[in-house]
Formats: sequence, C-alpha cells, structure tokens
Amino acid sequence: MLKQYSFEETAVQTFDEKTSLAMKTENLQVFYGANHAMHDADLAFPKNQITALIGASGSGKSTYLRSLNRMNDGIATVTGKIWYHNVDINEPTVNIYEIRRHIGMVFQRPNPFAKSIRENIVYALRANGLKNKAELEERVEKSLRGAALWDEVKDSLDKSALSLSGGQQQRLCIARSIAMEPDVLLLDEPCSALDPISTVKVEETLLELQKKYSIIIVTHNMQQAARVSSQCAFFHLGHVMEYTPTGTMFSNPQIPVTQDYIAGSFG
Amino acid sequence: MNAKRTDFLATVVINLIVATVVGILVFLLAYILISGLPHVSWSFLTGTTDAFSGAGGIGVQLFNSFYLLVLTMLISVPISLGAGIYLAEYAKDNWRTSLIRSAIEVLSSLPSVVVGLFGFLLFVVKFKIGFSVISGAIALTFFNLPLLTRNIEESLSAVSRSQREAGLSLGLSKWKTEIGIILPVALPGIVTGIVLSAGRVFGEAAALIYTAGQSAPVTNFGDWNPMDPASPLNPFRPAETLAVHIWKVNTEGLANNAAQLSAAASAVLIIAVLLFNLGARLLGNFLYRRVTASK
Repeated sequence: MLKQYSFEETAVQTFDEKTSLAMKTENLQVFYGANHAMHDADLAFPKNQITALIGASGSGKSTYLRSLNRMNDGIATVTGKIWYHNVDINEPTVNIYEIRRHIGMVFQRPNPFAKSIRENIVYALRANGLKNKAELEERVEKSLRGAALWDEVKDSLDKSALSLSGGQQQRLCIARSIAMEPDVLLLDEPCSALDPISTVKVEETLLELQKKYSIIIVTHNMQQAARVSSQCAFFHLGHVMEYTPTGTMFSNPQIPVTQDYIAGSFG
Repeated sequence: MNAKRTDFLATVVINLIVATVVGILVFLLAYILISGLPHVSWSFLTGTTDAFSGAGGIGVQLFNSFYLLVLTMLISVPISLGAGIYLAEYAKDNWRTSLIRSAIEVLSSLPSVVVGLFGFLLFVVKFKIGFSVISGAIALTFFNLPLLTRNIEESLSAVSRSQREAGLSLGLSKWKTEIGIILPVALPGIVTGIVLSAGRVFGEAAALIYTAGQSAPVTNFGDWNPMDPASPLNPFRPAETLAVHIWKVNTEGLANNAAQLSAAASAVLIIAVLLFNLGARLLGNFLYRRVTASK
C-alpha cells in the first residue's frame, strides 16, 4: 500500500528576474479523457542548464515533458500556459511544426528512421527548405560531432541507421534533433533502453550540449539525475512536489515525500 | 497423454496438413503445365485468334491481360493508397470510420459477376463506352480497392508509432512524415498486397466478360498512339483477356483442338502470373533497399 502524502506540502523554487529562462509553464494541467494526469505544474527552466524530471512510473513526468513541444496534441488535453520566448505556445493558433523545430525531442526507445545515417539527419532539414548540398553536409558533420558519434560513423554515412547499436542509434537521434538547431532539447528517458557504457556516452554528450542548449530530461535513474542535472523536479501522482537545485534535492530534500523517494523507502 | 506425446502428435498432424496443401498445389501446377506446355509455341504466343472458332494464337489476349492489369493498377493503387493512408492515419475511431470499414468489407465480398454486370450497365450501356479496356479496368478496380485499401492500411499501421513521433518531433508535418518516413518502411507489405491483387486481376474472367468484352480484334502492334482505334494502347477498344479466352474456348469454342488450346492458354496464364509476382517482388525489394539504405 502506497503511503499517503499531502499534495499541499510542496517545495517548488522560482527564479528571480535576472535568471534567463528557456521555458516556463503556469498552471499546466493534462487530462487523458476524464483522467487528470497532471495537476498545476508551475515550473521554470533556466537557460543552458540541464533540468531533470524524476519520479516513479505514472507520476506524470513524461506526460508533462511531451506537453512542452505539443506532442500531446491529439492524445491528451493540455490546459494552462507554456511560455517560450514570451509566447504562450499552448495557444491553438500557434504553429506547432514551427515550435517543434525550436524545441526538439529525443524518445525513450531509439527511433532512427529506416534510412541511411546521413539521410536521418538531412531529411527534416531538406523538408524545411535547406537545399544547399555543402551546407547539408556541414550540418551532418556538426550534429554528429555534437552527439559524439562522428568518429564512429564518418566512414559509413550511407549505411542504414538501423545497423547501428542501440547506444549509437540514440546518439544519432540526438544528432538528428540538434541538427535542427533547436533552443531546447527534451529527452524522455533517453538511456532506459541502453547499456551502462552507452549511457555514460550519452550523459557526457548531454553535459557538452548544455553549453549550447537548454535541456530537460526525464529519467528513472536517480544517479543519472544527480550526475547530469543542475535543477531537479520531483513528480508524484501527477503533482510537482519539489523543485530544487540538484545538490539540495539529493542531500537535503525539503519535504517528506521526496525524502522517502530519495531514500528508497517509498510506500 | 503426456506433453511430449501431445507435441509429437500435433507436429505430425500439422506436417500432414501442410504436406496435403503443398501436394495439391504442386499437383495442380504440374498438371496444368504438363498438359499445356507441349502445345505452346512461338506462333501460339504471338499469333492471332480466329474470331469465329476461337482457334489460333493468343498474342493479343496475352497483351490485353497485361495492359488491363497495368491500367487497373494505375487507377486502383493511387485511390487505395489515399484511402489506406486516411484509414491508418487520419480517420478518428468513431462510427463513421467503422461504417467506411464495413462498406469496404461488403465491397470485397461482392460476387465478381455482380461487379461485371454493374460495370456493363453503367459503363458499357449507360455511359456508352462500350466493351472496352477502360470499362474492364474500372470494374476490376472495384474489386481491387477493398483488398488493396485494407492491405495498405494494415501495412502502414504496422509501422511503429515511434517513427511517427520522430517525424513529428522534428517539425515535419503529418503528411510529410507519412509519405517520407512511414510509407517507405511499409513498402514491402504494400508490394505484397499489389502482387496478390494483381494475381486476382489476371485470373478474373466473370467481371470482364461483360465489361472488357469477349472479342480481341486484331490490333496493329506497330501503332502506339493510344488515340488510334487499331492501336493496342487504345483504352476504348474491346479486349478479351487470357482468362476470358480460356473460358470462351471451353464454352463456345468451335475449334477441334479446344481442349489443347485452353490447356496451353492456362499454362501461359500461370507462367505469366508467376513472372509478374517475381518481377513485382524484385522491384519492391529494390525500391525498399533504395529508400531505406539497407543492403
């Protein structure tokens, strides 16, 4: 039997005006039909930092993440405000395709296209009107270097992406996202299908990428959150319970529910 | 009875059933080929038929079969591709969609004679197109649509949802994702569907008797202008296909060697279907490798 915790007792940090933010949500609610999956999420994400979203399965962290680039459109009803560059991108009039080019996403299972490695990266670029061959080639190299994959695949760019290992495929998916030169990168448990060595590589890549991008990562793995993130938000049953700097979250959690979760004595 | 014995018995029974099926198939193929092939000659394959007795070669019919097949596919593949994409991707799960699905199933269970008579009344008589390749092709499209639509829908739905999410997350439109990413992955399944329906079209006789007609007027194979009445490409000329020819030789044929003629034509029909299947598969595999960069 799961322990009961009060949803009233939360510890969510806010940022002063001096901190430049990548994104911010206000009163974000998500409903799957009658199921209220996310309650009142007010979170702000500082620029060029990695923010980790942690919590048990079903806590709503993936649901929340998928709302940020409108991937829940047609799946769930999302209400509330999602601020990005002073625009509420949760408005129905917003061009979601444009938004997704600025807010990229990497999924739990590596999902490269059934195309060559090169084509995986250039396909969406070309669809967005970038036709110059030299420029496309440049983007391929730049993004593969960014995802720390270039040295492993530079001689086999025309080979099928499906012939890569799981870890390489996931880094290719990261490369594919950053090739669009987004602002924000959303990662939904990017390492849960990978072995420890591939996981380390992806984490190193993320730490490198935060210099250029603002990253929000959902993870089941608390060590991973501790290793890579600067800010950490803890989700419980569709509520944001605690949002503090990662150091605070793991050494000095503010409320009982986070204390129990971090200590592993949850329920 | 213990588990091991049960397994052994089940294996034996299943093997026997498979052997029976394969046996029947091999017997049929061998019988048709052995009784037909000795009567197949170059002049039989390219010659023209005597309009009265039905004797003579099957050159025109063979061409008609392929031409009709190509024309039918040209009409039915784009339509069923659109319908399949709609059902797999855009249709909401509501009563309207299930109504469309039931309608498609009903269409696929229509007897081919009924489709043929409908085509006869509508295209041949009402629209005054007459017995023609195009009437036949439209009638065959009716038959082809349900099978192909279902097949394309299933092939598309079988592609993992994560591929769609990948496309959408890069800011690609739903349409672009569907055409550029999902369709290439579904291609082998779609080619299989096209091959299967092509076999049906090739072997169809009942629906064509009333639409494409039972006569194969001599055509001038030197004239490839589709507007000329004597051109083989003219879609408005009557065109007896091989399957219809076999039926006609057997029922109305006055030739002395009607049995041999139909045996030979059957053998040719089977070989043509096999060749078409083989060709379509090779082409499908080639396309798949090209678009997916797999070896």
